[in-house]
Amino acid sequence: MSDAPTTQGTAPASEPAGTPLLQATNISKVFGGLVAVNDVSFTVPERAIVTLIGPNGAGKTTFFNCMTGLYRPTAGSVVFNGKDITAQRPDLVTRAGIARTFQNIKLFRTMTAIENVQVGMHAELRSRVSGMIIRTPFVRREERESVQRARELLDFVGLKRVDELAMNLPYGDQRRLEIARALGSDPKLLLLDEPTAGMNPQESEELRQLMEHMRTDKGISVLLIEHDMKVVMSVSDHITVLDHGEKIAAGSPAQVRADPRVIEAYLGSQA
Amino acid sequence: MSAVLQTLGSNRRRLAGMLPSKAWGLLALALAIAYPFIIDQLLATPDDLLDASVITLAYTIMALGLNIVVGFAGLLDLGYVAFFAIGAFVMGWLGSQQFPDVAGGKGIHLLSPSHSPLGNLIPGIHVNFFLVIFAAAAFTAIWGVILGAPTLRLRGDYLAIVTLAFGEIVPRVFENSTSGFFGIGSTDFSNGRQGITPIDKINFPFSDTVFKYPLELKPIYYVGLGMVLATIFLNLRLRDSRLGRAWIAVREDEVAAASMGVNLVRTKLWAYAIGAALGGFAGTFIATYNNTVNVDQFEFGISVFILCMVVLGGLGNIWGVIVGAITLSMINRFLLPQLNGVPDSIGLNFDVTSINFGIFGFLLLAMMVLRPEGLIPSRRRKLELHIDDDTAMLVDEPQLYEVRHDESRDVG
Repeated sequence: MSDAPTTQGTAPASEPAGTPLLQATNISKVFGGLVAVNDVSFTVPERAIVTLIGPNGAGKTTFFNCMTGLYRPTAGSVVFNGKDITAQRPDLVTRAGIARTFQNIKLFRTMTAIENVQVGMHAELRSRVSGMIIRTPFVRREERESVQRARELLDFVGLKRVDELAMNLPYGDQRRLEIARALGSDPKLLLLDEPTAGMNPQESEELRQLMEHMRTDKGISVLLIEHDMKVVMSVSDHITVLDHGEKIAAGSPAQVRADPRVIEAYLGSQA
Repeated sequence: MSAVLQTLGSNRRRLAGMLPSKAWGLLALALAIAYPFIIDQLLATPDDLLDASVITLAYTIMALGLNIVVGFAGLLDLGYVAFFAIGAFVMGWLGSQQFPDVAGGKGIHLLSPSHSPLGNLIPGIHVNFFLVIFAAAAFTAIWGVILGAPTLRLRGDYLAIVTLAFGEIVPRVFENSTSGFFGIGSTDFSNGRQGITPIDKINFPFSDTVFKYPLELKPIYYVGLGMVLATIFLNLRLRDSRLGRAWIAVREDEVAAASMGVNLVRTKLWAYAIGAALGGFAGTFIATYNNTVNVDQFEFGISVFILCMVVLGGLGNIWGVIVGAITLSMINRFLLPQLNGVPDSIGLNFDVTSINFGIFGFLLLAMMVLRPEGLIPSRRRKLELHIDDDTAMLVDEPQLYEVRHDESRDVG
């Protein structure tokens, strides 16, 4: 393992305290000539809510994709829960305990809410193909239990219309369903990519409470990409700011809010 | 025409609502069992119809197999005939005199009569049909995985082209396996273009009486029906399982499915394997029924024909696919030959059977225009094809989403 970058080591507040659950070291991702993520290091402690912010096109989602195996980072490593998951297949990353939602909702649209969550549990279920055909008592029980658990998770995220097809759900409910589906894999870390996009202030507030619940009730860490600063500032333990693929600031909400580089990145140097 | 189909559709729903679905299933089963006797009563010469029905049963199995690959997992396979061919050849190898020298000319007999009715020893490998179907299914499943593996990274058109090529390659390989297989050994595996014939007739284990088709068709009809029922059972069980959900998830969104812990490779290979196994399953049946395994049978047209059944009936819907298979196969095998005299009687010089693919092409085209989701669409497919008129959801939402981005830009 390479050492943590020294610039980060000298500023104690720039890295969150606590045992790291996820440690991304010097991640870079280059698409042709475009450097989407440039040498970003990042830590998520256990039971933390950590936020990644930055203007559109800053490389936040690319960074997410590098950690969940959808992209292979050009350089750098990702260690999760003591295990190197750099450039692992997405399904193995999920099995390791990282679940995610998508910025542009990617539900299985023609499946019901419950079925969507059941797919989320895919890695958890143990049925074998022969068992599915014979439908052994084990498979029956597992199916019944998975439906039951899906109902509980949907209840947890506050989705009522559990037998509705995903495509027929209102927008806010689709976002909720994505979170429930991600929780189906029983993750230790949940990556939420702009979960409040398209939500009204009340829904955003409910989502904020939901994230707090996930941390306190289920012990899940959350890594959040978010534009709604009200949510970001109230929920985050630690904020990292990306701009043009580079980490320009990191720290507590108060520190980031006061950082001139952040203000410049968001409002332009003339402001 | 469109209106006719519409009312057909709404009547179907009203009809379907009259009885619980279990009752409809039992009714259909009873009808299928009584069918040979019913046509015995109704027709003077029922054998043509029953012959077409036996073939239809085999095509139903293949359509249900292809439905797993195309309908459930969404992998467009244009070379399904390859698995039909492999299954048929397994039947040829394990149930004919193709290898007369095995066991020093005495032959291998497994739950299959070792002597002809006249008392002569039968050389070659002769395994009971009911064992061969499982051997063939397993063997084709393995080939399903082998042929499926290189296509895993392909989607859409590219996948279709590669599978099409496999559908052409496999029969050619058999055709040329007259002196060893891929140059290994010197055994004749296929008799080249002549094909393997005759093929063992079906007999029940521990009974030396063989079925007497094509003279007597009822027994083999019931064997075929049993195989169809087993296939339906398999389809239903898999559809409502963890694997079935994973197939639909992969079809809908591969990235999301993978991110939910679905192993894409394994999920797709299972679809190929099970789809192929059913193709092999049906292949053995057709081989013994036709009494020959001939490379000329396994043409590209068969792949398209089976795909038409799946699409016409309703991609992804087990009952729809069965209806599609019965409709097309019966038209092809029974209705068109009946119409053969028609062009001649109006002074045209061709057979209706020789333009069957033209007719199917027209049918499919009409279907795509009038009712793209198929005769009995799966609930899911119908939604996919009628998203605009179903709900207006999501149409104006993305804008809201963009606006919120901008609003929340102030950082403090």
